[in-house]
Amino acid sequence: MYREPEPTPIEPAKAADDPLGKADNGYTLGPMQVGPACCDPQPLIQVENFSLRYGPKTALANVTLDIYRGCITALIGPSGCGKTSFLSSINRLTDLIPGCGVSGRICIDGGDIHDPARNVQALRRQIGMVFQKPTPFPLSIYRNIELPLHEHGVKRRVDTAVIIEQVLRDVGLWDEVHDRLHSSALNLSGGQQQRLCIARALALNPRILLMDEPCSALDPIASGIVEDLISRLRGRYTIVIVTHNLAQARRIANYAAFFWVRGQAGSLVEFGHCRQIFESPAHELTAAYVKGARG
Amino acid sequence: MIWSRHNILSPSASVDTLTLWLLRGAAGAAMGVVLLILLFLAMESWPALRHISIDRFLTDPSWNPGENLYNLAPMLSGTLYAAAGALLLATPLGIASALFIAYYASPHVASIYRHLVELLAGIPSVVYGFWGLTTLVPLINQLHPPGASLLAGILVLTLMILPTVALTAYATLLAVPGEYMIGAAALGLSRWGMIRGVALPAAKTGIAAGVILAAGRAIGETMALLMVTGNVVQNASSLFEPIRTLAANIALEMPYAMDDHRAALFVSGLTLMVLVMSLWGVAARLARNGDG
Amino acid sequence: MAEMVFTKSTRTLRDWFAQLAVYCAALLICAAFTWILSDIVRGGMAHLSLDFVIGSPREAGRAGGIGSILVSTALVLAIALMAALPLGWTTAALLANHVSADRGFGGAVRYSLQVLAAVPSIVFGLFGNAFFSIYLGMGFSILSGGLTLACMLLPILVSTAESGLRAIPDAYRLSAAALGMSRTSTLFRLLLPIAAPSLAAGLLLGIGRAIAETAALLFTSGYVDRTPGSLLDSGRTLAVHIFDLSMNVPGGDAAAYASALVLITALLLINVIAMRLTAGWQRRKIMSQNSNGYSNTDVP
Repeated sequence: MYREPEPTPIEPAKAADDPLGKADNGYTLGPMQVGPACCDPQPLIQVENFSLRYGPKTALANVTLDIYRGCITALIGPSGCGKTSFLSSINRLTDLIPGCGVSGRICIDGGDIHDPARNVQALRRQIGMVFQKPTPFPLSIYRNIELPLHEHGVKRRVDTAVIIEQVLRDVGLWDEVHDRLHSSALNLSGGQQQRLCIARALALNPRILLMDEPCSALDPIASGIVEDLISRLRGRYTIVIVTHNLAQARRIANYAAFFWVRGQAGSLVEFGHCRQIFESPAHELTAAYVKGARG
Repeated sequence: MIWSRHNILSPSASVDTLTLWLLRGAAGAAMGVVLLILLFLAMESWPALRHISIDRFLTDPSWNPGENLYNLAPMLSGTLYAAAGALLLATPLGIASALFIAYYASPHVASIYRHLVELLAGIPSVVYGFWGLTTLVPLINQLHPPGASLLAGILVLTLMILPTVALTAYATLLAVPGEYMIGAAALGLSRWGMIRGVALPAAKTGIAAGVILAAGRAIGETMALLMVTGNVVQNASSLFEPIRTLAANIALEMPYAMDDHRAALFVSGLTLMVLVMSLWGVAARLARNGDG
Repeated sequence: MAEMVFTKSTRTLRDWFAQLAVYCAALLICAAFTWILSDIVRGGMAHLSLDFVIGSPREAGRAGGIGSILVSTALVLAIALMAALPLGWTTAALLANHVSADRGFGGAVRYSLQVLAAVPSIVFGLFGNAFFSIYLGMGFSILSGGLTLACMLLPILVSTAESGLRAIPDAYRLSAAALGMSRTSTLFRLLLPIAAPSLAAGLLLGIGRAIAETAALLFTSGYVDRTPGSLLDSGRTLAVHIFDLSMNVPGGDAAAYASALVLITALLLINVIAMRLTAGWQRRKIMSQNSNGYSNTDVP
């Protein structure tokens, strides 16, 4: 019988846990899980033979890969090859799509996420997600973060205020918005909105962050800021990022997984160290894609 | 839309399940209201349908419940004359209003005029009836006595259903893709050429649906017609003769009707409802086909 | 060449004529509107005073005021809203968020609401009389009239609330789910607050429809013009009062004008507020779309 793991508490990270973060002018960025030392990879998410279909149409077939703790894993490949579907399977957001069915296993820390006894909301709390288009709620900046915190039991005003300040500092938004926390989040610029969404996800103290092309709806400057932010999150969070921007994948990712459409369905072609995928791909499709997209 | 099926067993999902059942209960109650209405209309009509054969509602010599005579035909004709006359006037006026808002008036004037039409739609029927009674009827009386007449009914009804025609026509014109109009302008069509050649054909099903909705409203209208048409049960042979509509008849006789008479009034209510519902059904079908 | 010129001039003539017709129609409608309104205002102002608004009707309404009538109207309205609002808004929440609105249960609910919207008000009156007044034994009473009105308001409340909820982008629902929020708290803490302006606009429209209604109340809430002592007393609403004064009370025209003025003023106010609300709602929507409308190109 499946037992729900003890949830990680949502509380302000203590700077003492994280001497590295303290040095980084007051940012805390959450506790370090595993350093970016990818020479000693520990799998956090294990995917075995995972397939996904929308009605009769198979969108993703037989994906098997391990995603390593504390590392950034980039999912690359052409549009329509199932990257986004794969990403939203990890926090079971695909449940919300009518007619969507899955087979195979996705395990986080050894526990199958499709176990019937699994509390989906607790699962999603531990897995933050950032979408392509920034999706702040049409509420105030403060309320955007307070709402999910409240939902997960952080109800004391003091606690929420501390966490909100901390996560806004972590995403570098505090100095820009601290004097207008109670004005509408929709008045922020695109890049600020996206960072607010990241802050909102971080506030729940997740272990994993899923990012679906988080920079592609932003202008180059905002995109650069968000990219730097993602790099800084390495080691504290296990990050899975979908991106069409190969240069970006190369700059920030430790691992890369290349997806391609075979027949009608998307599938995983190659998975490996980012360097290896880009410099000495084992598969000719990967080589062609990486070269073609580069040239 | 969004739904979920996996998380039924998890603890907080039970709150969701509870909410879902609560919502379902409310929606079921809303549905129950309709069934209840149909049930009670049928139940109350039943004595009349059992005692009086259906064809007598159209062939009896007159409407005289005291002497067991139940001819609804003159009131049916009165209802239809008034509705048809009002549609005849309101359709061109309504479409012209929609064109005025959509293509002729400046944005500022258009928005003022649209609000005016919306306000016209919000004036209660009893106020239209009162105005008709105190202003229109005396005017018509000077023209041709007695004043309270089919004509007065048609005029008042026109004002009442015009907003329905105008606002639905405007909504459909608004939905005509802008590229069509730009394409037509690029071909050198004049404004009226664009409207007649492109906009009206593209919007015609939506406009027709609006006209049919207005017809439904005209047939079901009670108070205004009750107040201005004179309420004489007869087949009108001219615009200046008084008539009585089905709905007005119900409102007039309901307070003292007993037994079969009361049941006969419910039969006329049922008739009205069926008429209006079938019109709305046609309109809904038109609107759906227009979308696809 | 001559032919070309000819077609061109008939065409401009036709264009000009169409324009004339459209402007005439618009002017005609404005004129009719002004005529009605100025008649009511002129007739009503002569008789309207504070005493009229708060006083009780005497001599079948010819003299005195409409105080008790306003009380009855407010009571009928309150009953109608208390019954229809919870039912209508929960139904809308179900249709917009939880079920497919075209098939199965959702389809059936939506279809019956369409039927309900098509029922003429006099038929609601018949039903209310047969069901609430006689079958449930409420007699001619505020309660029976209010509940009849509630049935009438249901489709308006559902359709405005549902379209407000549907206008909320799915992205919000997805983000809320990704943050681990339950659907119940997503509905209550996120979706309903966002849709509040359209809920309010629908509420106002419903109020407008309710206080304008006459036919459905004639034989449910009745004619008695005293201040009702309880919800089971008969009470005359403002619209019914206007009807009775103009049809059944010779010499009641002055009071009827003043009552009509009061009714119209109330309706105009409600309409204007509702328009403000919907306009504000649309403006906000456009604003949020603009602020999200970045170029969708990849960064090189």
